[in-house]
Amino acid sequence: MRTLRHAAAIAWKDLRSELRTKESLNSSLSFSIVVLLLLAMAFDTGSEIVTDYGGGILWLAFAFSSTLIVNRSFAREMPNDCIDVLVASPASGASLFLGKAVAAFALQSGIQLICLPIFGVFYNVTWWRNPWQLFGVLLLGGWAMACIGTVFSALTVNLRLRELMLPMLMYPMLVPALLASMTLTNYLLMPGAMPPDFAQWLRLLIGFDIIFTTLALALVETILVR
Amino acid sequence: MSEPAVATAGVWKYFGDYPALRDVSFALDRGECLALLGRNGAGKTTLLRILAGLSGASKGDVKIYDGVVRASATRARIGWLGHAIGLYDELSARENLQAFGALYDVSKATIGEWLERVNLAHVADSPVREYSRGMRQRLAVARAFLHGPDLLLFDEPFTSLDDKAIALLQSLLTGVRAKGVTIILSTHQIREAMELASRVALIDRGKLAHFGPRTEEMLGDPGYIYRTFGTAA
Repeated sequence: MRTLRHAAAIAWKDLRSELRTKESLNSSLSFSIVVLLLLAMAFDTGSEIVTDYGGGILWLAFAFSSTLIVNRSFAREMPNDCIDVLVASPASGASLFLGKAVAAFALQSGIQLICLPIFGVFYNVTWWRNPWQLFGVLLLGGWAMACIGTVFSALTVNLRLRELMLPMLMYPMLVPALLASMTLTNYLLMPGAMPPDFAQWLRLLIGFDIIFTTLALALVETILVR
Repeated sequence: MSEPAVATAGVWKYFGDYPALRDVSFALDRGECLALLGRNGAGKTTLLRILAGLSGASKGDVKIYDGVVRASATRARIGWLGHAIGLYDELSARENLQAFGALYDVSKATIGEWLERVNLAHVADSPVREYSRGMRQRLAVARAFLHGPDLLLFDEPFTSLDDKAIALLQSLLTGVRAKGVTIILSTHQIREAMELASRVALIDRGKLAHFGPRTEEMLGDPGYIYRTFGTAA
């Protein structure tokens, strides 16, 4: 309970800071729209190819923009050594991780909600065929990116090339979650009944979230106290 | 007899192969004020960071009020003020104190009281980035005192403070010490530190060169401790 209360305080502080500066929000949103726009130029919008690869296009944009959000997650704590005050406080490493991951997840989700209709317009895709399932996949895939991204944000925060290192470390780890999210989104964009392996991909995504959240909660204390 | 507030036994800290701290052992009773002195790079900040749980000792044992440093209950008893102010520039003074206060279950009334005590109530809702250095340092002091800690670990607390603010900090420290709060402060401003200190430690190239009560000679002559116990030029 205490961990959740501390996590909520940290998430609230992060969201308040971000909404005041809009540093990662503006860059992340504009970047994802640019990615969607550029890829729209490469494809014949409205064709079957777009329906087949729509999930991939959407999640590429989300994955790129997500690094801009999680990169700020711990970097926000570096000016004035705020990270020291947080680590010295009674808040556990787990609550610190959870708070930061939730804040990153909330920001990502906001961007996903804005990008989804833009994707529909750019690619002439009917994205609202299975809206609740689609939101479910967005939440699960979004949490995977927020969870892995926050851990690597903590790991790379002191590196000089952290903007480069973060995606290089984060994307290989995210491959299973991204594959599952892309495939599930493709299925949900297509007309007709769900393919038989839908449940398998869904289980993979849920399993990924559970395993990596547990690992992150267990390991983050070691990352923070050196 | 009660356990010491701070006890270190054979503490070593290596950065790579370099020993930043070498076999540091001391015990400090409750309500004492320790002035931690040493040249730049002697290991003062490293020791304070270990005591605050921000860094682990490579070897040795550290106990704060007989508890391990990284225990949540122990950390709740520590007030930390490092080299930097530890505040968010984009948030206001009130929001900063609320953000940190939430981690210690501090009430809004207490936050308001501390803003008054450090004379920042009139600018409490302005972003910290608009503050002068002295105002930021005063807010950082309020943040460290906010939760009523039993142990204060201050790294260069007098830096950037004007004479009025130094007097305010000294009176705050004297006040909490009278209530039994233990204080460890590292500083180069020896005169201010000596006025507060009951004990003095000198760290010289990672080793504890001296640990003992503050004497009249130390109070009268700021260079005395370096001349008498130090080896580094």
